Amino acid sequence: MRQTDLLSMLTAILTGFIFSILLVFVGRFFKGKLSILASIVPLGLFLYFFQFITPIANDEIITRSFEWIPSFGVDLGFKLDGLSLLFSLMITGIGFLVFAYTSSYLKGHEYLDRFYGYLSAFMGAMLGLVLSDNMITLFVFWELTSISSFFLIGFNNTNPASRKSAMTALGITGIGGLLLLASALLLNNITGTYSISEMLSMSEAIRGNEFYAVAVFLLFGAAFTKSAQFPFHFWLPGAMKAPTPVSTYLHSATMVKAGIYLLMRFTPVLGGENIWNYTLIIVGGITMLYSAIHTLFRTDLKGILAYSTISALGILVFLIGLGTEEAFLAAAVFIIVHALYKATLFLVTGIIDHQTHTRDITRLAGLNKIMLPVGIAGILAAISSAGIPPTIGFIGKELTYEATYHSDTIIIISMIAIVLTKILLLYAGFVAGIKPFTGKLPDEHQEVKAPDPIMWIPPVLLATLGLVFGIAPFLVEGALIKPVVTALGGNASEIHLALWHGFNTIFILSLITIGVGTALYFLLKPSEKLVAAAARYNAISPENILNLINKGFVQFSSFWTNFFQNGYLRNYISIIILFLVVIVGYIMIGNTRFVIDYNSLSKITVYEITTTLILIAGIFYTVFTESRLAAVAAMGVVGLSICLIFVFYSAPDLAMTQFSIDTLTVILFVLVLYKLPKYLKLSDYKTRVRDGVLSSIFGLIITVLALEVLSEPVSKQVGEFYAANSYVEAHGKNVVNVILVDFRGADTLIEISVLSIAAVGVFGLMKLRLKMRDRKRYADVSLDKENKEQ
Amino acid sequence: MRTTIILKTASNYLLPVLLVFSVFILLRGHYLPGGGFVGGLIASIAFILHSFANGLEKTKELLIVHPGFLLPVGLAISFMAGLAPVIFFDMPFMTGLWSHDTVAILGSVGSALFFDIGVYLVVNGVTLTIIFTISESA
Repeated sequence: MRQTDLLSMLTAILTGFIFSILLVFVGRFFKGKLSILASIVPLGLFLYFFQFITPIANDEIITRSFEWIPSFGVDLGFKLDGLSLLFSLMITGIGFLVFAYTSSYLKGHEYLDRFYGYLSAFMGAMLGLVLSDNMITLFVFWELTSISSFFLIGFNNTNPASRKSAMTALGITGIGGLLLLASALLLNNITGTYSISEMLSMSEAIRGNEFYAVAVFLLFGAAFTKSAQFPFHFWLPGAMKAPTPVSTYLHSATMVKAGIYLLMRFTPVLGGENIWNYTLIIVGGITMLYSAIHTLFRTDLKGILAYSTISALGILVFLIGLGTEEAFLAAAVFIIVHALYKATLFLVTGIIDHQTHTRDITRLAGLNKIMLPVGIAGILAAISSAGIPPTIGFIGKELTYEATYHSDTIIIISMIAIVLTKILLLYAGFVAGIKPFTGKLPDEHQEVKAPDPIMWIPPVLLATLGLVFGIAPFLVEGALIKPVVTALGGNASEIHLALWHGFNTIFILSLITIGVGTALYFLLKPSEKLVAAAARYNAISPENILNLINKGFVQFSSFWTNFFQNGYLRNYISIIILFLVVIVGYIMIGNTRFVIDYNSLSKITVYEITTTLILIAGIFYTVFTESRLAAVAAMGVVGLSICLIFVFYSAPDLAMTQFSIDTLTVILFVLVLYKLPKYLKLSDYKTRVRDGVLSSIFGLIITVLALEVLSEPVSKQVGEFYAANSYVEAHGKNVVNVILVDFRGADTLIEISVLSIAAVGVFGLMKLRLKMRDRKRYADVSLDKENKEQ
Repeated sequence: MRTTIILKTASNYLLPVLLVFSVFILLRGHYLPGGGFVGGLIASIAFILHSFANGLEKTKELLIVHPGFLLPVGLAISFMAGLAPVIFFDMPFMTGLWSHDTVAILGSVGSALFFDIGVYLVVNGVTLTIIFTISESA
């Protein structure tokens, strides 16, 4: 492995992040006319990955590894095989077109530089995701895509709906990411490695492990949330609040396919068991049909596209679940097909939205008179999505049908489901790609202007590619499709893509699909009535159920928090003391001997008795006085009595400090209480009794504890060490002070830091409140002025 | 708050006396009861007494800088006292350094004294910051 190769791979992955950071400083240059230059970054990356086509087609696998955290087995391991290459080319290729398209779509937008920053960070994360060979690295990039997606969905951050969608998407995909991490940890436990390549050779052992099913379902959790499978699909339609370039790039072509990528990547490791196959077939099957039906009840173009995207993702999951070589081939082709036509349709929708300011399909028709090239792109994409020859979509659909037809499990149900889905998707494609460009142009759109060439060239390019690959499938066959099938563990040598498969059952099914779908398109017109009909079932939709759970969770946690943290200091103290009483009391009941060694106690003197009496009097006065100030003063008496006791037992340092602290505490109390009413019934009888009992028990426990400590033989070693070394080592005769500034000086250093932080905290809190009050006062004054002037 | 003329007059004399006393407590700490912590507290009590008698504004004028500035200064002195052996003598953090000759009044001077001076300033700064802030808002 050459050193330059090693670096170039890492550089390629990090380019997106580096560019994103650079934009913080030089972003303003990319806001104006130069914004198109930003697309050089993905173009360069695309060309970089393009050069790997030949080696990959020759069954080479390129791996690069950098040590990161070797003690945990985490390294920056990268692997480029057919599967990674296909995704890398899609990410950078479509990325290039989207970057260019954006420069016109968001022309003059205040935060265009920010947008490019998020987009390129996403691109970097996505490249890292598909190239990672280490599960931990994979997880990190996985989460990074979720985070960049969050920023992009919430790009219009002044719109509450957009913010909410961003939160939902982050919540769902974030949970998925955590499941991925859990799965990684579990697989690491089974295999002892995080490297996916190494797991490959241990496939048998993993599948035989008792935790296999758990690992698989954790992985499914990650893939299903990211790829919007039922019942986690609802974040994707919400994500359509993002600007259309984002929907094109993240939410149809690349990021949502990360789940598919994950499933494909782990097919050779975990696949082949019934639990793997059937779960995928069932979940994918439900998803594809459920969301395909949903497209009938939408009038928003992006809504239709969102649901048809979910449906397409369902088809891919379903195909991976079938698990045959034919199915892998169909999936590989369908990924390309879908990326090409769906990205085109999204870009076309974006242009329509940008020019006419509406995405309501019922108000769109005849736009071909204004934007013919866009219309051509839309219609080509619709044909490819419908699977009509000679587009690559036709090949994809034929392969899908073939794979389903030849699978040995529940053929009839699968066949019906897939054909129905395809019929509905054909309808959705026609509505999105053909309807806006046929018929009579409505009066409201007569004045609409033609879009910039920078906007219409990308969709035309993508749509044309769909046609070219259909006519000449050999262009992608050897370069992309075969390596993917190899990466999935299939034998690719027999694969031969062609438009004409002969007149057989599959072809008849294709004809039926096209016929019924076209009929549906002409018979069923999208309308508000249909939207309303679907809305009736919202109450039982997964989104609604999740929202209810969410609400309950929030309610419970606010109840919980309010119960323990109600903002009353006395409550906090009560809870803390109660907790201590229960825990310490529980331990002490079994372990206390209640033996007091009277011989070890010193004689009681008259000074001590007097001081104690004053102390007790002070306590009673504190408790029973009706004046707050008197209570504070009495507390001071208690504190000073304790100081005296310290003096009696030869702890002058402690006494001095306690004396000063007590003085200051009284001052502080007085300052705070000065503004409060002087006489007030502070608390009712019941509360006082409760608090009295609690504090008596606490005092009792501390007393017993202290006596218990006395009866234990005390190790005097530490004290003797300090006493012996205080003068010799630290030149000090006052042991207490020497401990503070020398022996345990680091502790003191941290303590004074904490004190400083506390002071800054008090200062901040009080000053902030002052400022707000000032502001209010000034506001009142100015109001008064206005009133007087009137 | 109404204050008597006696307290007002007395506080003017008490402030310097108490401050000198607090420094005395600080310096004797290494051999006899006292030290930076309690010295800092006494110094802040001196200023608070002055503010009770003459009003907060007068005390603030006397202090020139906000007591909050004592925090970083004190922390820096303490930290540097700990860091000095590392920088100059390549010894572990917080190793005690001592002068060979004794200084008049203080006796042997060491890095611990500077550490204690830092503690003195921080404690004084913390107490005054908290009490001044609260009494301003009360």
